[in-house]
Amino acid sequence: MTTTTTEPATGAGDPATGVPETRKRRGGGGLGSYLLIRFLLIFPTIFILVTTVFFLMRSTGDPITAALGGRLPADQLAERIHEAGYDRPLLSQYWDYLGGILHGDFGTTISDRRPVTEVLKTYGAATLELSVYALIVAFLVGIPLGMVAAYFRDRAPDAVLRVFAILCYATPVFFAGLLLKLIFAVWLDWLPVAGRSSTGAEIQLQTVAHPTNIAIIDALQTGDGEVISDVLQHAVLPAVALGLLTAGVFLRLVRTNVIGTLGTGYVEAARSRGVSESRLLRKHAYRPALIPIITVIGLQIALLLVGAVLTETTFEWKGLGFQLAEYLQARDFVAVQGIVALLAVIVAVTNFIVDVIAALIDPRVRY
Amino acid sequence: MATAVTPESTGRRRTWRRLPIVNQLRQSVGLQRGMLVAGLVLMGVFLLTAVFAPLLAPYEYGQLRDAAGPFGAQAHPSGNHLLGTTVGGYDVLSRVIWGTRTALYVIVVAVLLSIVIGVLLGLVSGYFGGWLDRVLVVIADAIYAFPTLLLAIIVAIVISGGQSSMWGGVFAAAISITVVFIPQYFRVVRAETVRIKNEAFVESARVIGASNRRIMTRHVLRNATRTLPLILTLNASEAILTLAGLGFLGFGIEPSKAAEWGFDLNRSLSDVTSGIWWTSIFPGAAIVLTVLGLTLVGESLNDLADPRLRTRRKAADTPQGMAEVAVVPGGTLTAGPGGLAGLETGGDRL
Repeated sequence: MTTTTTEPATGAGDPATGVPETRKRRGGGGLGSYLLIRFLLIFPTIFILVTTVFFLMRSTGDPITAALGGRLPADQLAERIHEAGYDRPLLSQYWDYLGGILHGDFGTTISDRRPVTEVLKTYGAATLELSVYALIVAFLVGIPLGMVAAYFRDRAPDAVLRVFAILCYATPVFFAGLLLKLIFAVWLDWLPVAGRSSTGAEIQLQTVAHPTNIAIIDALQTGDGEVISDVLQHAVLPAVALGLLTAGVFLRLVRTNVIGTLGTGYVEAARSRGVSESRLLRKHAYRPALIPIITVIGLQIALLLVGAVLTETTFEWKGLGFQLAEYLQARDFVAVQGIVALLAVIVAVTNFIVDVIAALIDPRVRY
Repeated sequence: MATAVTPESTGRRRTWRRLPIVNQLRQSVGLQRGMLVAGLVLMGVFLLTAVFAPLLAPYEYGQLRDAAGPFGAQAHPSGNHLLGTTVGGYDVLSRVIWGTRTALYVIVVAVLLSIVIGVLLGLVSGYFGGWLDRVLVVIADAIYAFPTLLLAIIVAIVISGGQSSMWGGVFAAAISITVVFIPQYFRVVRAETVRIKNEAFVESARVIGASNRRIMTRHVLRNATRTLPLILTLNASEAILTLAGLGFLGFGIEPSKAAEWGFDLNRSLSDVTSGIWWTSIFPGAAIVLTVLGLTLVGESLNDLADPRLRTRRKAADTPQGMAEVAVVPGGTLTAGPGGLAGLETGGDRL
């Protein structure tokens, strides 16, 4: 995570695109061939992660013993293991597992016997909602503050902002959440402690004609102002806790890049034409400095997902991360494996999309 | 630091001044020096606390009662328990202090393991290239893009089955962090190796007839590892965060086996709702301060290594040391006479 933020400065490798040097040369500069190679690269990534996760998890023994061992008599346990096919050779299980994933089947949880994809459908929306809020917070906080820091380079505001950025990174997201909760929910009593909506609002949300499970959209469908504000109030603290984590990264990135672009020839030329410093910052140095952010967002997706697991647990935000923590407590490793594999696919695909956007915006990425 | 230094100045300069941190400390000015010093102080406090934990802590990490009877749960901070007691009846201050030890063990094991494996793989992969290189790069990229904590969870399940003794827990956390870090060291060292192996001095060594092994250890490794202090500090801080995250999700070390901040925070989750602040704020603050110290040092090293970000001294008091800059990947290592001179002295100290 941290090394990626230093990446634009150090220029070591190309983390987001992850294309080996040999491929760069073969790319030949065309956008089409770049996109094709980048697309094909998704598959080995997913394959490696899924394979690693599968064999790691299986090396501990079969998941049914892990989840139910000691709670069921030995013969029933053996029966369920046989039923689920965990007594077959590992490699044939592996082939079945890969085949299942190709068809979108990530396995069935042991504790509540639901397909993992259904778990995603139920809880994925909540995580998506939280991540979007967090990204909004990160943008609103990180980018302007990063520009301010660059403008006041090496002076007091810069020092304060840089320490703030480091604090954002140094504070574990769950501790930030606990602090926010303590201050704003318990001591000041301004905002709700946990959950996605209060009981009254939740009942109303369930009556919606087309439930999306994205609380704010459902709330808008009810058209009830109180429900909308209730839902938004519940989102504030988790969004800030998770958003600040990413805001620190954006702040540092914008600062570094704006300082970099402020020193380039065309900014120098504009300055010599008499353009004011603040205008230089706003109009000239700012935009090119944003390009690396697009690439970094791709890497932030991974960070956000991890952060979401911890934030959701802190705030009982019933999303994928909260559910993952529940399955971990229940030792339901099929569910854990399924969710992790699913997240691997999501991360790989988002990284691809981000790379495509980066390539469309910045021709230099295409090689 | 093997960089452009004229032979005379190399002779005059004492070795300790060229050690990674000392060198940067001399190079820094103003605000940057302040950040570096603050970071070093925090790191120092952390290390001392970890080393002298038995002397500093009023009680054992797993102690529930003393001569006067049980501590009681969720007791307010008082004379007997300066920071109060937890929901499980442990003394908060003692657990915060003992927690530094656990964190230190994890950092040391994780960083050592990942450096050794990552550097070795990166060096071999970058130097020899070929299909092995390509496979390793794709694997490293795949793991690198993946959320660290999720991978760490999986590895922790495999290693300890989720619950563990002190060393079991330390190793579970350390190894799961290692798996995530290896790709980072691998990438940096490999990129540097690929660049350095085409430099003139490596070719000269080859012409003289040096073996691959000698070139790799004497010539390439020395130059490819210059950025490691930076990555090391940043990874150490990430190791603490990952350990805390694992602990928070219930994959920590049992409270009777060792103190671990993340686990204590997990237990304090319900306290917060009822307004009990001392069980969460102190372990949390310990994490923040430790990570802050490490990150401040890492950030400062990064800035000092990047000419764009380094605060410049005024021209008048520019010392000769200014020429000696730790170059990060992408920077230039001149293969001229100066570069070679630096390389030769560096080789002797390996």
